[in-house]
Amino acid sequence: MAGDRFPVTRWSVIDAVKSEDPAEQVRALDTLFAAYWKPVYKYVRLRWNQPAEDAQDLTQGFFAEVLERDLLAKYDLAKSKLRTYLRLCVDSFVMNQEKAARRQKRGGNATHVALDFQGAEGELAGTTIDAASIPSPESLEEFFEKEWVRSLFALAVEELRKFCAERERERTFRIFEEYDLSGDPEISYEKLAAEYAIPITDVTNALSWARREFRRIALERLREICASDEEFHREARAVFGSDAA
Amino acid sequence: MKFLSDKAVDRLRQNANAPDLSGTRYQLLERVARGGMGVVYAARDEMLDRRVALKVLDVPVADGDLACRLNREARVLARLEHPGIVPVHDVGTLADGRVFYTMKFVEGQRLDKHIEAVISLPDRLRLFLRICDAVAFAHARGVLHRDLKPANVMVGAFGEVLVMDWGLAKMLRGPSTGVLEEDPDATILQAPKASDSPADATQATQVTGQGTVLGTPGYMSPEQASGDIANVDERSDIFSLGAVLRFLCTPPAREANQSHAWRHDKALEAICAKAVETNSSNRYISVSDLSADVSRYLDGLPVSARKETIFDKAVRFYRRYTVAILLIAAYLVMRILLLIFSHR
Repeated sequence: MAGDRFPVTRWSVIDAVKSEDPAEQVRALDTLFAAYWKPVYKYVRLRWNQPAEDAQDLTQGFFAEVLERDLLAKYDLAKSKLRTYLRLCVDSFVMNQEKAARRQKRGGNATHVALDFQGAEGELAGTTIDAASIPSPESLEEFFEKEWVRSLFALAVEELRKFCAERERERTFRIFEEYDLSGDPEISYEKLAAEYAIPITDVTNALSWARREFRRIALERLREICASDEEFHREARAVFGSDAA
Repeated sequence: MKFLSDKAVDRLRQNANAPDLSGTRYQLLERVARGGMGVVYAARDEMLDRRVALKVLDVPVADGDLACRLNREARVLARLEHPGIVPVHDVGTLADGRVFYTMKFVEGQRLDKHIEAVISLPDRLRLFLRICDAVAFAHARGVLHRDLKPANVMVGAFGEVLVMDWGLAKMLRGPSTGVLEEDPDATILQAPKASDSPADATQATQVTGQGTVLGTPGYMSPEQASGDIANVDERSDIFSLGAVLRFLCTPPAREANQSHAWRHDKALEAICAKAVETNSSNRYISVSDLSADVSRYLDGLPVSARKETIFDKAVRFYRRYTVAILLIAAYLVMRILLLIFSHR
């Protein structure tokens, strides 16, 4: 069966952080940080109106706190989505930090993921969101979700690029990038076919393959950062099928 | 890592979620609706050159629970060959692992939209009777719908009535063996919210994941709402039909003040009340009984749901034979007048 080619992994960060194996724990935390650091950073910048430098410290500090206080192990999936739980943890962390006036520099247990704050700052500059326009908890949740989806998709796109490179399908990725990611309203199958001197059917086949792989990767990453199958199905709907017709 | 603009995220979301129909006989046309377990698209069957509706799961699932449920929905539909039930054509798996099935593409309107244009109460009741026919047929085949509501009924361009979305259907028994086929993963867990408004109540049913089914507040029987699966049977669908009947008997806003067209009728109210009894043993025993009572009401006959007083009988008799009674009365008045004038 075709479906057997795309098994959805059972591995979840919540299970993994409780594992006895330190390597498994590190892997889990890396996965979580990769998916969440940008949403957290942007959220701290906008929701808490923090300058870039302080937001960077707070973001690093937050993930250090996740490790030190074992916050993932305390997560109760019956109470909320993992995403909501983390956002509330960020709120609580920032409030505590503000009370403490200045953060302490944190060392040894810090995340292994290199955080490209400059890049995140550039992305923020490109967004037109005004902090004053997102006062309600619902809109904050919406903003955090939007950034989380963006982060998840960006990770999946990056992984797809590597996947294509390993299989010598760079052209497929370029077609996907130009058609689905560039946002160019003028782009068309015909234009791409002419650009790469291939038949239109090759363009549509390449797009079809790339989208399928992108979807598979995104769902695999999503499964990893969800605590349960139920949450995964719910989040998959939110990520891919939110616009109920 | 490349930054994705909002436009790129939307495009990725839309394109990556569209079913990849390569290797199938179908060509994707457009997204039509969201159902309980997935999305419904319009597609073209290239072999038969016809438009079909294609329902596809949201996610590929290796453990197969949702896939089994969609397959079961298709099998339920295949078992129910009836003009009032949308026919299934094909079942398969897409290249990305998602299960799909295709069915007849129904061009028409959902019942809740359609009745806005149906002003006559008898016409609405006749639509209801056709829904009952389809549900009674399903019950005879051992299938419960479990999510009957106006939004799950389509009225076609030529007046055909089709009961849709059998995603929560439960097979009570096999067609020939009579063996119970339990459906443990379709447990109804969420109690209905306090919303009696038909508009609220027609909001889409949601299936949030394996084993978690949210019915539709206002249309779900108490035993379904409380998760009392052992007591969910044909009478649960009868409760939903009663709620649909009540919805159909609610006059459109522009007609609400015209008492002659939408008078409050005790017999019809009694039928609704009996169908939506909290205690399932007080409801109609079968959909056919409910349907027969509505038919009797339409024919001006006494209904089983209400014991009539002499006054009620007189009123019903008058309503049924209004023209004849008025003619006789006119004749009698004329005779009396003639007698009076002839004796002067």
